[in-house]
Amino acid sequence: MPTNIRYTWRLLGLEVASVLLAVLFLVPFYFVIANSFKSFSEILINAASLPEALNFENYSRVWDIMKFPKVFTNSLLITLFSNIGLVIISSMAAYRLVRYAGKWNNLLFILFISAMVIPFQSVMIPLVQIANQMGLIDKLPGLIICYFGFGVSLNIFLYHSFIKSIPLEIEESAVVDGCSIFGVFWLIVFPLLKPITVTIVLLNSLWIWNDFLLPLLIISNPDLRSIPLATYSFFGQYTKQWDLALAALVLGITPIIIFFLAMQKHIIEGITAGSVKG
Amino acid sequence: MAGRKKRLEWLHQFVFVGPALFFFSMIVMIPFILSVYYSFTSWNGVSSLKPWVGFENFYSILFQDSGFHNSFWFTLRFTAAQVVLTNVVGFGLALMLTQALKSRNLLRTAFFMPNVIGGLLLGFIWQFIFVKGFASVGKITGIGFFELPWLGDAPTAFWGIVIVSVWQGAGYVMVIYITGLMNVPKEIREAALIDGATRWGMLRSITIPLIMPAITVCLFLTISWAFKMFDLNLSLTKGGPFNSTESVALNIYQEAFRNNRLGLGTAKATLFFIAVALITLIQVKYTKNREVES
Repeated sequence: MPTNIRYTWRLLGLEVASVLLAVLFLVPFYFVIANSFKSFSEILINAASLPEALNFENYSRVWDIMKFPKVFTNSLLITLFSNIGLVIISSMAAYRLVRYAGKWNNLLFILFISAMVIPFQSVMIPLVQIANQMGLIDKLPGLIICYFGFGVSLNIFLYHSFIKSIPLEIEESAVVDGCSIFGVFWLIVFPLLKPITVTIVLLNSLWIWNDFLLPLLIISNPDLRSIPLATYSFFGQYTKQWDLALAALVLGITPIIIFFLAMQKHIIEGITAGSVKG
Repeated sequence: MAGRKKRLEWLHQFVFVGPALFFFSMIVMIPFILSVYYSFTSWNGVSSLKPWVGFENFYSILFQDSGFHNSFWFTLRFTAAQVVLTNVVGFGLALMLTQALKSRNLLRTAFFMPNVIGGLLLGFIWQFIFVKGFASVGKITGIGFFELPWLGDAPTAFWGIVIVSVWQGAGYVMVIYITGLMNVPKEIREAALIDGATRWGMLRSITIPLIMPAITVCLFLTISWAFKMFDLNLSLTKGGPFNSTESVALNIYQEAFRNNRLGLGTAKATLFFIAVALITLIQVKYTKNREVES
């Protein structure tokens, strides 16, 4: 085709423009990372330059002040156990709601789904009171139980539409073979749910890892803080001490960035799957 | 025999649905119902008395609370700006990344990156960019845009939050638009080209109607992010300067947990819920009607 050459030039131009745009898009990260290695006075002189030397002193101070290993472990435990619990309770509930879709179960499903419209602010004030009465305040398991409640709607919704697409015959033959209903679910159905389970775990992880307001309301003990909480209180104490604050920010975003880069294919696919169905 | 079977059914229902329903009720449904109930009381959070005051809270919020009015007006303006810009930028990026670019996957990763970081940390990151980064760039280049008092002035603080929010959300809607665009059948585009359609004409009368489902999803998502914004608001401006950038979500939080007026706070939350529910309902209904089958 004669238009081929012109087309390629146009594409090359677009390619260059796109890459420049992407670099511009990521410039904020450059500012934060470059300045996190500078001393306070060096930041004040010029925030746009590269650091004079790769100085890790800010990092080692922040590591201790923030109790980073502790905080990181807390975030990890909260995300991990919330995910395990959510996957178990939502997959079981969704399975039952699909396979025994009577009048009541359909109603229950609608109840779970419509709650997705409720904003957190319309729940949080009495929630703090209830959590207090049930002894959930200032405990990691308490926070995790709260995530069970908030995550279950979307998780059931995603499992529900996935389970509907699984043919019934597989389960029926297992029942004929004398498998109990629990056996059918855990040995036959649950393994088939793996693709949607991966999606759900990734979506939950991004949400729970970054969540801030719920832990702010539930946790007050400094030893139980998650990364966002610790960053928040760090900024409260070290306002305008940019050398330390920036090192704290870089430490705070590193785990989730690594997680994203490692899992990006699944995350992006999961987002498409999760939102297109919504 | 029939009784035993029925008992077994109940046991199964209890084991399978029970845990989910229990946590859901305890954490979401009961607090939500209580929240609506408390909005008719003057509860202060400390005393066990929750005196019933009827519609008094709603009356004072709707007719006297200028702080809430400001935050509502800010949230509406912010939502409008954020939704339009995030979708335009996201759609533009998607158009770009559906061309046969070699660096397509890398670019997609780059544009998506801000989205995996929570709003709280992003707000702090951009606080530095606006306060120190922009100032340095302004000093070097002399471009006036960078020398504005970014977070210190009401109009620029508003646009500051919009910029960060668009930066955060554009990559996400981009991913959804890419999927939408890839599903537009090639034959239709080719047929239109043969019929002499211009690029713009094709975008307007073929591409956009065909990706209406993606647009529905993206509008839904961006409206709900913008309307419920809290973390980014708190860390970037804390509602300042002079409460000019205080979102409704932040206003409710302050009312309940700073002023300890929980009755008033829950009433605001109830109004907030009604607003969110109405907006999402209208929006989904409106765009669903415009979807076409390809």
